[in-house]
Amino acid sequence: MKRSLLQLVLTMANLTRDDVLKLAQLARLDLSDAEIEEYIKELSDILHYVEKLDQMDVTGLKPTNQVSDLTNVTRFDEVKSYGYEPLDLLKNVPEVEDNQIKVKRMIG
Amino acid sequence: MRSVWLPIKDIASKVQAGELKAADLVEQSLKLIEEKSEYKAIVATTETEARKRAKQIDEAIARGDDAGRLAGVPFIAKDNFLVFGADTTAASNILKGFSAPYQATAINRLEAEGAICVAKANLDAFAHGTSTENSDFFTTLNPQDKTRVPGGSSGGSAASVVLELAPFALGTDTGGSIRQPASFSGCIGYKPSYGLVSRSGVVAMASSTDVIGPLASTVDDAALVLDVMAGPDELDSTTIARQDDYTELNQSLKGKKIGVIKEYMGEGLSLEVKHVIESSIDKLKQAGAEISEVSIPSTDMALAVYYILCPAEVSSNLARYDGQRYAYTAKDAKNLDQSYLLSRGQGFGKEAKRRIMIGTYVLSSGYYDAYYRKAQTVRTKLINEFEAALKDVDFLIGPVAPTTAFKIGANVDNPLQMYLCDIMTVTSNMVGNPSISIPAGKAEGGLPVGLQIMAARRQDKELLAVAKASEEAFA
Repeated sequence: MKRSLLQLVLTMANLTRDDVLKLAQLARLDLSDAEIEEYIKELSDILHYVEKLDQMDVTGLKPTNQVSDLTNVTRFDEVKSYGYEPLDLLKNVPEVEDNQIKVKRMIG
Repeated sequence: MRSVWLPIKDIASKVQAGELKAADLVEQSLKLIEEKSEYKAIVATTETEARKRAKQIDEAIARGDDAGRLAGVPFIAKDNFLVFGADTTAASNILKGFSAPYQATAINRLEAEGAICVAKANLDAFAHGTSTENSDFFTTLNPQDKTRVPGGSSGGSAASVVLELAPFALGTDTGGSIRQPASFSGCIGYKPSYGLVSRSGVVAMASSTDVIGPLASTVDDAALVLDVMAGPDELDSTTIARQDDYTELNQSLKGKKIGVIKEYMGEGLSLEVKHVIESSIDKLKQAGAEISEVSIPSTDMALAVYYILCPAEVSSNLARYDGQRYAYTAKDAKNLDQSYLLSRGQGFGKEAKRRIMIGTYVLSSGYYDAYYRKAQTVRTKLINEFEAALKDVDFLIGPVAPTTAFKIGANVDNPLQMYLCDIMTVTSNMVGNPSISIPAGKAEGGLPVGLQIMAARRQDKELLAVAKASEEAFA
């Protein structure tokens, strides 16, 4: 019997060490070896559990993105003051220079 | 049940009348927090700010001003609300030392009516969990049994209310995080309709299901707090219109059509919880409710939907913790990419990383349709089934959780088992309807069991009214 594309994708849910490393890189998480070993099993277990959705027939149904029943909530594009000084809002920033956030060099 | 605090409405009117002083109420609350510190419900107090505000309120009343509907009433906020006077950490190491630059709208609205935040309550870090054991700081103890968890993620808030550290507390509910700890610890936990309370200034978890709500000793108290917080906010574009008054709750159970969700009463439900729920249903019947059985056939899919959508949204919301703008920054990074990797790798706890990884997986190219889109589509099916069930009855009921509070440590090695605690609460988050946990009785060993009551979307007032009538039927 021909298997659906969905099933083919889902059978890949047994994650390998390389999969976990790739995910960690995509998510920008530096993981220890112990964490990687743990996640190989735990993430595979969780993915196996959610695979049960594969049994559901959802023909004719549309996905739900949100449940507020609101559409296109707009406001005037104007600057409003909430009474905060720029330095109040920057007080948690690791490095500030001239009211700007200083980060490491990005290019070159 | 309540022995320290009067009903919130009475506290406020006595403060306004000069019979009670806000300053004394704050001291009483701070003293109780100190005396009951062994339960580890509290992450930090906001005592300096609280004393200052109490003094202002007492002075305003002495001048003859109206200090508001919550005049002088102390409360405790879950530590994922931005509040002045203490760090906002979400019980995570990565946010340690973060000082709120502005306050949550919910806090501002409560303060505008005279309420005073005295402390921040413990939670599972970033609200990821059902026991507070994922807190990066410590585990809160169940107020009924110190060897057990209080539930989560709003476990510190629930324990605070049951220990009467303050008359009410605030929580957040993304998959059951207000209702489940209310059931495990023994108080009222109210999850409003999606969008009814502004989330501006609250640490985001899964934005398509996150809501804010009160934990309190009575339905009346919860309703009053909701009434103060509810309604549109220009700082949160997902807020919806409110109903006129959530505090007028005079209604009887007579003729109310209530459907018991049959899938919640079957396999997986512990016998002791089942007995308490069945006997509470009998009491509703005796009070005149018309009880029938209803079905939400896809119930067993709800958790799978949740554990795709929630980590996906978590991974997106937690992307902002990049070590550059606020929160923990790794000091030894050589370049920007390494700064991201190390700041996040060292800063986030185990469960946050686990969810970020799952979320990254289900959203990645090639898997998106199979997981994320499929989950969103099954979400539609659940919503349809829920709405169909509410065509025949006015309210739905069932247990909040399959068990009573479990032992500390019992599930820590098995994240999937921990996730199963949410199995009866997540559907309301998927649908966006209001849902409440009210104490229904005690199981063997004295552990509390909550009854969950649900109404259609935006019928918060109707739900609170039937919850109050049920509370009276159980008294």
